[in-house]
Amino acid sequence: MSSLQDFTQFVFSGLTSGAIYAMVAMGFGVVHNTMGIVNFTQVDFVTLGGMLLYGALVSAKMPMTVALPAAVAGVTLAGALVEFAGLRPSRSRNHLLLILLTIGLSIVLRGAMQRTWGKNSMAVPPLAGEAPLAFLGATIMPQAVWILVITALAMSLLVLFFRKTTAGLAMRAVASNPTAAAVVGLRVRRVRTASFALAGALGGLAGILVTPITTLRYDVGVLLGLKGFAAAILGGFGSFPGAIVGGIALGLLESLGAAYVSSAWKDTIAFLVLLLVLFARPHGLMGKGAGA
Amino acid sequence: MSPRAAASFMARHRTGLSVIGLSLALVPVPLILTNPWKLGILNLIAVHAIVALGLNLFVGYAGQISLGHAAFFGLGAYGSAILTTAFAIPPLLAAALTAAGVALTALVIGVPALRLTGHYLAMATLGFNIVVHNVLVQWDRVTGGPSGLSGIPPLAVLGLAFRDEVRQYYLLWGAAMVFLTLSLNLVRSGVGRGLAALAEDEVSAAAMGVDVRRGKIAVFTVSAVFASVGGSLFAHYMGTITPDTFGIFTSIDFVIMVVIGGLGSLWGSLAGAAFVTVLPHLLGPLEDSKDIIHGLIVVTVLLVLPRGFLAGIADLAKSRLARGRSAMRSPMA
Amino acid sequence: MATVAPNGIILEASGLTKHFGGLPALHEVGFVARKGQVTALIGPNGAGKTTFINCLTGLLRPDKGSMVFDGQELFGLSPHRIARLGIARTFQNLGLFPRLSVLDNVLCGLSTTAGDSLLEAFLRTPSLRHRERRLRLAALEALDTFGLADRAQWPAGALSYGEKKRLELARAFVSGPRLLLLDEPVAGLNPDETERVGTLIRQMRRSGATLILVEHDMDLVMSVADHVVVLDGGRRIAGGAPEDVRRNPLVLEAYLGKISVTA
Repeated sequence: MSSLQDFTQFVFSGLTSGAIYAMVAMGFGVVHNTMGIVNFTQVDFVTLGGMLLYGALVSAKMPMTVALPAAVAGVTLAGALVEFAGLRPSRSRNHLLLILLTIGLSIVLRGAMQRTWGKNSMAVPPLAGEAPLAFLGATIMPQAVWILVITALAMSLLVLFFRKTTAGLAMRAVASNPTAAAVVGLRVRRVRTASFALAGALGGLAGILVTPITTLRYDVGVLLGLKGFAAAILGGFGSFPGAIVGGIALGLLESLGAAYVSSAWKDTIAFLVLLLVLFARPHGLMGKGAGA
Repeated sequence: MSPRAAASFMARHRTGLSVIGLSLALVPVPLILTNPWKLGILNLIAVHAIVALGLNLFVGYAGQISLGHAAFFGLGAYGSAILTTAFAIPPLLAAALTAAGVALTALVIGVPALRLTGHYLAMATLGFNIVVHNVLVQWDRVTGGPSGLSGIPPLAVLGLAFRDEVRQYYLLWGAAMVFLTLSLNLVRSGVGRGLAALAEDEVSAAAMGVDVRRGKIAVFTVSAVFASVGGSLFAHYMGTITPDTFGIFTSIDFVIMVVIGGLGSLWGSLAGAAFVTVLPHLLGPLEDSKDIIHGLIVVTVLLVLPRGFLAGIADLAKSRLARGRSAMRSPMA
Repeated sequence: MATVAPNGIILEASGLTKHFGGLPALHEVGFVARKGQVTALIGPNGAGKTTFINCLTGLLRPDKGSMVFDGQELFGLSPHRIARLGIARTFQNLGLFPRLSVLDNVLCGLSTTAGDSLLEAFLRTPSLRHRERRLRLAALEALDTFGLADRAQWPAGALSYGEKKRLELARAFVSGPRLLLLDEPVAGLNPDETERVGTLIRQMRRSGATLILVEHDMDLVMSVADHVVVLDGGRRIAGGAPEDVRRNPLVLEAYLGKISVTA
């Protein structure tokens, strides 16, 4: 293979993981915008997506066309449930407390998944086709194409949702000014539950798409999710385009860094980037300005 | 001494007396609890308590947040391990050198990181922990890689080696009592009040003359040193250390210890350390559900008694007492 | 350290300017405070009074101008440095520490004199213990003066609003500051509590303190101030003895709007 082909390969791989990071980053962003907190359970939504897909395909023997939406729906519901049962009861506004609360809920979720599906790694069937494709001299898995296509689709739907639907508008209103939103009659609590549900959908979809490539395990979402978080910070926490930019940037940095510098330290790249951004420019590449 | 004078003496010196009281209560334990496995758990509690105390000063008292203290714990452990095994440096000196190195690291990280607050700070500490953990795993020439380091000698002072569980017990709990005393002293000083003030309201604290930035960095460094010493003791106690002990989930465990015991409650940190350390061993048949139960307890404590278990109960008692007193004074209020 | 003679100028601000995105909160404001006197700063809402205080205490950085306190330029100093020069303040919306006890709040007011090193604190040296005892006595005395002695162990958040305002005062006063800045100390208080605070302010003045008082309550201002400065729209529009300022048409206009003669 020529070095150009190698390069194309790495770029593609970076774009693929970048798309996943972007989706996870957006899940973090939605909750942060409507509730002002970092939601640690986001990492478990990713795992849960993979788990539910596996359950639907392997245990319930559904066809992929049914299993995929079913899995997404499942994680969406789980997201809403986490907010409703886990976060709403807290009357605290203390950020530290709320972060710890989502950590606690994350531990519960992970424990529940571990109890249900065990500690072993599982193989999730890919969306369609196993045979690698050739593209610009690089070899890519069809799953990677699916990831890019579906992520792009999901992003477009999300844009439409936020701009054109009342629910999306309500979310933006609550994100912008919860008091004013309540005053004009928006059901702030409902919007918050909905934003958690949306975060669940995004995280779950990311898990559904990526676990056929990586393996599926009860804690697979943790590393992925944290990298998604790093991508969110890189792009500007809470910023929608920032999530995409951050995700892609991080994916490429990781892929090219692992290829041309050192592969052993691949996983460290994301977090070095995270630290660098936080120390030098906390609001990231596209952030709206200093804020914590 | 008259009873009143005695009572006044006890009230004024209640902190010191409480520490002495606890120490006395701890002394006969190895004679009663002869099972070395149970003693081992107690020893682990002591190590965790030291880390939790330092973390409480930073998180509970100064109101900051760290999800990465296992990094300092790990640096302490590996530092001591490497210095004693590869360089044959006496354990106490090694621990001191390591602590100094960790303090420097904390300063270097703290200066940029503590400009952040809330979840930005949380994630910076988390990121730091992940990077340190990865270094411990990847830099195998120095750290022994995923299988870690073994053959770490037990701590020895003047030829007396703390080899068996009983001796370790006195060493570790002695150290824990020392760190408890140091923490209690800090909290009762002007410096400690400054930290509590900046936790409540940074702007107001600055207006009172508190150097907020320096205070945060100082307490961060102190908590890192506590964790480092805990790590050094841990390394000498266990004899073998591996990187997975020092990842983000351990950091989260430390925070849970502090939260359950009560943010800002130093005595509570001892209880919290005990609770979190013992819990997995108490579950028996429910072993598989360990994580769920762990998580549920954290969630319940945060929802019901957000100030932690001990502090929450103390608060309830205090407000009852205060209301009772004012009711007595003004019956027509 | 009496480097300034009584009634000598202890604080002089000149040309103080601060814009917030184009809007002038302060424009070329000049101000003089004399030692041992109460200088009141009045003006309608939004006139820039709190902005002025925030500039003086280092919370805000003015765009330009100078603030000289007893020979020391305050421009560019951080808030805690300014506090350590002996300038204490209260906050309009209260800057108490609600979860700390009332006593601890006042002890925090003594932070500038506490001066412990970390090592001293850890070891709880005899000198530290001695200092703590002295500080505690001073704090209890202040609580007594401000009528809060029986609330000493209460969490500050549990006090009534009037008590909180007094605690805010006690905390600022306890360190014997060379300059005390009070930002609306009677806002929101009923007439009895206002009277009580007025008495305390007069007491502080009698004990030789130098005060800058930002207030809306004209009765209070007239009864305690030696000198009054008026701000409106970020500009200084008048300054002088209370009776003169009260009759100044510019001042009346600022508060009441332009008086037009109608047939």
